Amino acid sequence: MQLNKVLKGLAITLPLMTLAACSSNDKKFEDQSSEMSNGAEVSDGSNSGVDTDAISPMDMSFEEKLAAKYGQAILENTISFAYDQSEIAPEYRVVLNAHAQYLVESQKSVTIEGHTDERGTPEYNIALGERRALSVVRYLQSMGVPATQLSTVSYGEEKPANFSHSDAAYAENRRAVLIY
Amino acid sequence: MKNKLLMLIGLWFAVVVSAQAKLEIVVTEGVDTARVVAVLPFKFEGEGVAPQDLAEIVSTDLMRSGKFNPLARSKMPQTPSLSSDIDFNAWASLGAEALVTGVVTMPEPGKYQVTFELVDVISGQQGNSATYVLDKRRSVVKESQMRQYAHRISDIVYEKLTGEKGAFLTRIAYIAVDQTDKYPYQLRISDYDGFGEKLVVRSQEPLMSPSWSPDGRKLAYVSFENNRSQIYIQDIYSQERTQLTSFPSINGAPKWSPDGQQMAMVLSKDGQPDIYVMNIRTRDLRRVTSHRSIDTEPSWDPSGKSLIFSSERGGKPQIYRVDLATNETKRLTWEGEMNLGGSLTFDGKNLVMVSRNKGQYQIARQDLETGDMFVLTTSSLDESPSVAPNGSMIIYSTIYGGKKNLALVSMDGRFKAKLPARSGEVRAPAWSPYLN
Repeated sequence: MQLNKVLKGLAITLPLMTLAACSSNDKKFEDQSSEMSNGAEVSDGSNSGVDTDAISPMDMSFEEKLAAKYGQAILENTISFAYDQSEIAPEYRVVLNAHAQYLVESQKSVTIEGHTDERGTPEYNIALGERRALSVVRYLQSMGVPATQLSTVSYGEEKPANFSHSDAAYAENRRAVLIY
Repeated sequence: MKNKLLMLIGLWFAVVVSAQAKLEIVVTEGVDTARVVAVLPFKFEGEGVAPQDLAEIVSTDLMRSGKFNPLARSKMPQTPSLSSDIDFNAWASLGAEALVTGVVTMPEPGKYQVTFELVDVISGQQGNSATYVLDKRRSVVKESQMRQYAHRISDIVYEKLTGEKGAFLTRIAYIAVDQTDKYPYQLRISDYDGFGEKLVVRSQEPLMSPSWSPDGRKLAYVSFENNRSQIYIQDIYSQERTQLTSFPSINGAPKWSPDGQQMAMVLSKDGQPDIYVMNIRTRDLRRVTSHRSIDTEPSWDPSGKSLIFSSERGGKPQIYRVDLATNETKRLTWEGEMNLGGSLTFDGKNLVMVSRNKGQYQIARQDLETGDMFVLTTSSLDESPSVAPNGSMIIYSTIYGGKKNLALVSMDGRFKAKLPARSGEVRAPAWSPYLN
């Protein structure tokens, strides 16, 4: 569990892939990406007797820019929860603070998915998943994000991140995920 | 038109044969005191080979009820097809109390005339031919109806011998999940014994909570096809599909009222999950509970006058009953760490639920007259219990072989069977009402 957290903090690439793979909504990130990058300028050297060539600038990736501006935590989009709990653990405040700042500045919308492990009945877990998503919503609102930018959907135990039936899988599945 | 196209893109719905999940019943715990009977092979007097072994289907049905112990063919002293040829003493010495005999003829190609007799062995021993035939019937059926007709015979035999209606001519609906499939979430139906599996709807997003209409023609279920929960109703014969609800937040746990006019459901549009009842025709919505804790899993009393539901209002989830006329609410369960997912048997006398004891989720039954509670299963994550329409058996989801699968347990907990799926996982079973 502890190691897992450390790994999550270190491995930038994994969350990046998660962000990219999350939904069709990630094109909002791509749009932003093209806005943010400086398009390489092509010189017009036609009548000057000299040739120039366009060199691509050493651009940072969109995610690197995001991380530079809002901190590495912005690249994490999953908040984990304890069994049958919907309170946000202190270590996730830095993650949500970064998202809150990004949301306030970008005025983008985000959907918070609530998920549970498979213990307990499917209907009860839908309710618990919503409770987790709403915890995240309340936290983001307390950090100044307008309610109009926030929506929730609870999948309960229906969309596990890990499909096996073990305690490790259960820990991975108790989560809220921010989907842009 | 646009809506229709959109539905076709993300989602396929059809009633087509596809044997992917394909369940099979494997009995794991029989009952020692089950009554000995014998279903003799039906004599086939047509051309070629009989399309179905009717006697085998009937025999297996009776065995799976947990109430009968049909003799294996290898142990049968004789196999006459007419009751008049039975050597009653030979059967009595094996302890058999009743026999089923039959003949199948082919009056015309593709049509089969099935005649069967249910015979009482003790009356037969006494030589009273007027009373030893308990039932005798004849029907002409098509090849495609042979299995169904065999279940019909089982129903008749079961009812004659036990006094309660058989539930062999019923179906189950369930959600099959296979992450390797292009449409991982599939709502399927099959005969109660896993045969005749058909796809009702499949989707790339979760499907949940199938509930049968009381006439067995329609299913209500929850679909996330639009990345939010919505309740749909689908006619399983015509495939006609309607969206019943799409409120903000949770739209869940639909349950058809006994008169088929109303749908109980869970909505959280007003802040937290509460129980509502919607008139299906007018879409008029009535809020039944409003409590700041979670209220979920509504289920109808057979009278239609009250609902039971799970609520966290007392701390951990327990089961409550609310009277729909007075809104008076009463707690029903007191034993166990928590109780949820409750439903009432069709006589209203028993509450079937998921009960958590020492962290294990198990299927339990509470006698509502005495308040006595019986835990019926022994594994760690048993849920979604659904009771057969005759109240004899409960189907539920559990984990075995590292996968979520279905299982059966009798109302007294003494008979158990598994229904392993050939591929993927299976969950959320719903037993149909009587279909005949």
